[in-house]
Amino acid sequence: MKDYLIDYTLHLADDALILAQRNSEWCGHGPVLEQDIAITNISLDLIGQARNFYQYAAQLINSSTNNPVNSATEDTLAYLRTEREFKNCLLVEQPNGDWAQTILRQFFFSANQYLLYQQLKNNKDEQLAAIAEKSLKEVTYHLRWSSEWVIRLGDGTEESHARMEKAIVELWNYTGELFVTVNYEQEAADSGIGVDVSLQKDQWTNKINEVFNEATLTLPLNTFQHTGGKNGLHSEHLGYILTELQYMQKTYPNATW
Amino acid sequence: MVAGNDILLKNIRSILADITDPEIPVLTINDLGIVRDVIVNDEQIEVIITPTYSGCPAMDMIIMNIKFALIGHGYDNVKITPVLSPAWTTDWMSEEGKRKLKEYGIAPPNPKQQVCNDQLFAADEAVQCPHCNSYHTYRISEFGSTACKALYQCHDCKEPFDYFKCH
Repeated sequence: MKDYLIDYTLHLADDALILAQRNSEWCGHGPVLEQDIAITNISLDLIGQARNFYQYAAQLINSSTNNPVNSATEDTLAYLRTEREFKNCLLVEQPNGDWAQTILRQFFFSANQYLLYQQLKNNKDEQLAAIAEKSLKEVTYHLRWSSEWVIRLGDGTEESHARMEKAIVELWNYTGELFVTVNYEQEAADSGIGVDVSLQKDQWTNKINEVFNEATLTLPLNTFQHTGGKNGLHSEHLGYILTELQYMQKTYPNATW
Repeated sequence: MVAGNDILLKNIRSILADITDPEIPVLTINDLGIVRDVIVNDEQIEVIITPTYSGCPAMDMIIMNIKFALIGHGYDNVKITPVLSPAWTTDWMSEEGKRKLKEYGIAPPNPKQQVCNDQLFAADEAVQCPHCNSYHTYRISEFGSTACKALYQCHDCKEPFDYFKCH
């Protein structure tokens, strides 16, 4: 079995799971009830997508190792891997901050996922294509909702505008990684399975610019960008996220209900 | 055996026709359009279903209920296969299902999808109030009590209601 396909599938799963976990921290704390429900609905969609990717990754791993005793499942992949094994981008693990920062993180991510899934649904791997086709409908809602909120806050009051500007400063340096192709992405793209993310940067930037213009916000000029998450080199935040996410299985191994 | 298989298939389909959505008990899984196929090979019965939303928790329960119902009717060897593509759409919901939804107080999905795109601040869909039939309604939030619903309110009778949103 091709290792790059497993890594690539895990990367897609981890992105969805970690952002879902972050968003779910808002549960019961949203600024108003409807938006509390919206952000947790988005979490639920992302968990569903993560499950589909993990199930597929488990299938790939099991057929490559032929080790039925310790067979991988969606649960072992989510609950038993360590920080360095997670392949999510740095953007999704950044703290929620205030509502502006959560909204902006969702917008940056959804704008990218929208482009990614549009490509992925036509690729050669049937299962990845099917998951992308299915998820794209959900992501369309996420992108529209987060875009509208960026505009509402950016073009809102002095206070909300200032908070959006602060959010841009906090998050911008984590967006570059989305378009830096790592080895498994490159191998997947070369074999017609994945997407060459470096080719999506312009389209993504156009989308961000379009919404930022409406929102009276501007793209930062600084170009320094953090990378590493997709290869397992994370910011300090991921460890805390996993501690909470994996607590039950680590404390009570194999617990079920 | 072909005739025998036909009877068997008919039997199984009629068992499936009684299984309802745990979240919206007036809808059967046939109304929702999630049963794509039933295949009988040798001794095994395979039911192919399409999930509605990726994260819908009702799906696991529906899969379990299909298994229980078939086992309860003596079909022991049952396999449920979820298939993601082609992706489920509200277009597959039956007219009967839409009628039952409305009676239940949930506005059924509009026949022509109007808002499944990334256009911003698009005009709200004209959704008919399931209580007083007015089209004078507005969207409170496009995310509601479950993944498949949006929240609306009627300007005329003032009742809030769920809308089974287009997908």
